Amino acid sequence: MTNEIPTIEIPAHMHPSRSFQGLILTLHNYWADYGCVILQPYDMEVGAGTFHPATTLRALGPKRWNAAYVQPSRRPKDGRYGENPNRLQHYYQYQVILKPNPPNLQELYLGSLAAIGVDPLLHDIRFVEDDWESPTLGAWGLGWECWCDGMEVSQFTYFQQVCGIECAPVAGELTYGLERLAMYVQGVDNVYDLNFNGREGADKVTYGDVFLQAEQEYSRHNFEYANTAMLLRHFEDAEAECKALLDAGAPASNDNLPMHRMVFPAYDQCIKASHVFNLLDARGVISVTERQSYILRVRNLAKACGEAFLKTQAGGLAA
Amino acid sequence: MPDLLLELRSEEIPARMQRKAAGDLKKVLTDGLVEAGLTYEAAREYWTPRRLTLDIRGLTARSKDISEEIKGPSTTAPEQAVQGFLRKAGLSSIAEAHVHSDPKKGDFYVAHISKPGRAAEEIIAELVPGIIRNFPWPKSMRWGPASAKPGSLRWVRPLQSILCTFGPETEEPMVVDFEIDGIRSGNITYGHRFHAPDAITVRRFDDYVSKLEAAKVVLDADRRKEIILADARNLAFANGLDLVEDDGLLEEVSGLVEWPVVLMGEFEEAFLAIPAEVIRLTIRANQKCFVTRPQGAAEDLSNRFILTANIEAKDGGKEIAHGNGKVVRARLSDALYFWTTDQGDLPDLGELKASAEKFGLDLKKPLDQRMARLDHLGVTFHAKLGTQGERVERIARLAEELAPIVGADPTLARRAAVLAKADLTTEVVGEFPELQGAMGRKYALLQGEHPSVAAAIEEHYKPQGPSDRVASDPVSVAVALADKLDMLVGFWAIDEKPTGSKDPYALRRAALGVVRIILENRITLSLGVAIAAAVSSALATYERLGDGAESRGVVAMLDSRIRDHKGASQLLSEAGLISRLLKGGLAKASSEAFGSADQEREFFDGQRVMELEASLSPFIADLLAFFHDRLKVYLRDQGARHDLIDAVITPQSDDLLQIVRRVEALGSFLDTEDGKNLLAGAKRAANILAAEEKKKTAVAKTVEPAPFREGAEKSLFAAVNQAEKQAGEAIQNEDFSGALLALSVLREPVDSFFEHVLVNDEDQAVRANRLALLARIRAATGQVADFSKIAG
Repeated sequence: MTNEIPTIEIPAHMHPSRSFQGLILTLHNYWADYGCVILQPYDMEVGAGTFHPATTLRALGPKRWNAAYVQPSRRPKDGRYGENPNRLQHYYQYQVILKPNPPNLQELYLGSLAAIGVDPLLHDIRFVEDDWESPTLGAWGLGWECWCDGMEVSQFTYFQQVCGIECAPVAGELTYGLERLAMYVQGVDNVYDLNFNGREGADKVTYGDVFLQAEQEYSRHNFEYANTAMLLRHFEDAEAECKALLDAGAPASNDNLPMHRMVFPAYDQCIKASHVFNLLDARGVISVTERQSYILRVRNLAKACGEAFLKTQAGGLAA
Repeated sequence: MPDLLLELRSEEIPARMQRKAAGDLKKVLTDGLVEAGLTYEAAREYWTPRRLTLDIRGLTARSKDISEEIKGPSTTAPEQAVQGFLRKAGLSSIAEAHVHSDPKKGDFYVAHISKPGRAAEEIIAELVPGIIRNFPWPKSMRWGPASAKPGSLRWVRPLQSILCTFGPETEEPMVVDFEIDGIRSGNITYGHRFHAPDAITVRRFDDYVSKLEAAKVVLDADRRKEIILADARNLAFANGLDLVEDDGLLEEVSGLVEWPVVLMGEFEEAFLAIPAEVIRLTIRANQKCFVTRPQGAAEDLSNRFILTANIEAKDGGKEIAHGNGKVVRARLSDALYFWTTDQGDLPDLGELKASAEKFGLDLKKPLDQRMARLDHLGVTFHAKLGTQGERVERIARLAEELAPIVGADPTLARRAAVLAKADLTTEVVGEFPELQGAMGRKYALLQGEHPSVAAAIEEHYKPQGPSDRVASDPVSVAVALADKLDMLVGFWAIDEKPTGSKDPYALRRAALGVVRIILENRITLSLGVAIAAAVSSALATYERLGDGAESRGVVAMLDSRIRDHKGASQLLSEAGLISRLLKGGLAKASSEAFGSADQEREFFDGQRVMELEASLSPFIADLLAFFHDRLKVYLRDQGARHDLIDAVITPQSDDLLQIVRRVEALGSFLDTEDGKNLLAGAKRAANILAAEEKKKTAVAKTVEPAPFREGAEKSLFAAVNQAEKQAGEAIQNEDFSGALLALSVLREPVDSFFEHVLVNDEDQAVRANRLALLARIRAATGQVADFSKIAG
């Protein structure tokens, strides 16, 4: 039952207790050592690491898939002009997706905490019920919020359904809130005080140095200046383009192998529509009743992309 | 006899599901064992976050052998019949059957079936996998490689191991061997996740419990609760504090830990500026911690909280307490932000002017702004019953109308009703809906509202349950009644009444609330009038809003329901109740509702009022009957005799206090000798009469003195005349005891009548006259109570 924690000699300035990037690198090392492919962030604006096609699409179909990556996550509504020490409209999630989930996923997760310096005999680690659902992705799963001394530091989910499609087999998803975790291991109360590069004195770069100005500017943009007429157009365009690409890539009736040829580009448009919707929501131009219908429209795109993905090689289509 | 130990170990089970799941496991397994022919002496279930355990003692080792004979057809029967017999008896050839002889039937086939008993372990091994596959989890999931195939095992979270041992106390127990989706049963379990990660081999329940305990797992949830509660109390006491106990939280926390360790954390005293309830709920909901108060304090909290960890930390829990304190502080910062934001101005005041005008709100005051926003946002109360704003409008109008009846100042009642729902748009109530009302009161006091207005904002929701207190301030009473009556009338109008066990809008509770408010405050109120006033308030709101209004729905419904009843006329309308009401109730509203005096006259004199009057009666009667049912339940719970309640309630009874007084008076009257005898006499009269009426015996229309032959007849007639008149007068004067007293003079003449007079005289005229006299007794007593419904 015990899991061997890979011990990697690291200099002090790269240790997670001192360095935000050290935390990321430690997690990379840990999951790379396990055998995950370490991906880079997806190059589009998303609300959570789950939106990365490496999770949304790859969670579907029968093929094995183990990946880990950092994903910048944009939550336009959570902008606080840099004035709230805990809330950001742009933050990092560390995402691990293992399909099928290994039987010792909880132990693997605890091992990753140990790797970043959280000792389970010093800190109170708990798995507290949390049923996860993403209405826009048509996805749900069961799992927990993982607590460390009362603070939620990760989400742990066994995906049951994604894009409205049953997961077969089930994938396990771990999502670490990196800033929160870093604040915990660095013992810092304000996110902007996090030590980013682990150096001291003149060489030290804080999270605030990197992101405070951006938070202020994006808050202005999200709440006051984003061009809603343009965004509404972009939503329509993205929706139309997603459907058009899915149609264009759909297998022809005389194909020997009914393979879809354009799922990833279509899914990009689904992601775009979702983010545009979040921006419109932050601007307060979407009424309560409209909200539901927008969510449903994105969900329909996600569902269509998921179904198309099953008709590709990565989705398990037998060649 | 052997014992069975079963443990299903999984990843963390949600706390709220554990107790029930363990109970379900016990039930389905013991039921299955009994059905398979086994018996057991005792069974007990246990649970922790990571396991469900069942301890069954004294299980029979084998099920009994069963032998039976199945009679078949005659040996000469056709082949078809023989084949049918073989199928039925489960035989493969007729050679396996026996031949019996009967003097009458001759030779016939008999199958001797003997089913040998089965070993208990075999039964268990067959039973348990099915139970696991079909376990009634509220939500379950698939996992791991097996989930690639359809029909894979589901459990609440991944199931990791099954321990199943069986055997008598004196021997080495065996492992009951079975497998389900790759999980093979065994005799291995694991202790605490962090303190004792190694495998533990188990023989039976006794060593199982003690080995788990050694591996830092307290198996019994009730013991975990005791430990947490005792340690929390002690820790609080040692710090000069009292624990604020919370059973629901204790239950939840006991389901989050296997090895409870109680610790104390703290936050800055500055946060104590936040109302105590908000602090308690913030810490409870988000952190699952207990709060404390200084010893002896009634309401105030201290800045220390108590948490329950799952480990004995190396540093004695310093880091854990420190970490939890940080999170609590962040949460309380949010709460403090909510609390202060709610006391400040809203950003969009300009948009709120129209709403402010509608309700007479002062936009300089924070709570007034919140009410304006509630109206402005058009938040739906119910799709068919319009918005919250419209509902507040109806309640305000109604509260103002009811105020004089309950002794409240109408202006204060209106103000309280207008602000009653304002806190629904506050940040604190958005975060903690259970604080609705309580927060409104606090904010009202802070902006200088009259104390009765502030109290009414909180108390109009009361009583929330049978044990909740009832509002007593007249302003609270007016708003509480208005709030509940509006609900009841609304849902009655759209025909969403409670049925059977379904009462999604808690209308029974609302009606019971009305009953308790009236009775516990001893308020004289005609419920018929109050219901009609609620209807008229709804209609008035509708009239004022005009066609385009969203609440058109509610009143249009009301209107169409009323039309459906058109032509059905009932007692209530005969009493002129509705027109009295519609005119009285609408009088105030009419100046707003109608542009000119002509329009107003047209409305009141027109067909509409007549229609309303005729058709509202059954509507009110139906709702009144619902109140009667609630009243009966309430009075029965209070120990009143239900036969007495039935005797005094009529479909028209709408003064609840009067009903209760009558029940009480009738009860004490029946305790007297006069009462007992009169009851006996009245019942006897009624029974004779009923029997003769059934036989269609002639009963004279009126009693005539001429056919009287006995003195007893004459004196009874005189007494009935007197009693009927006096009792009638007393009832008119609402003097129920007086009416009973008037009836009590009947006792002696009734007794004497039945002693000396034979009702069924041979002379038909005499008999008809005597029966008429009995009818007079029934009528005289009947105007006070229906004696036939009284037991005894």
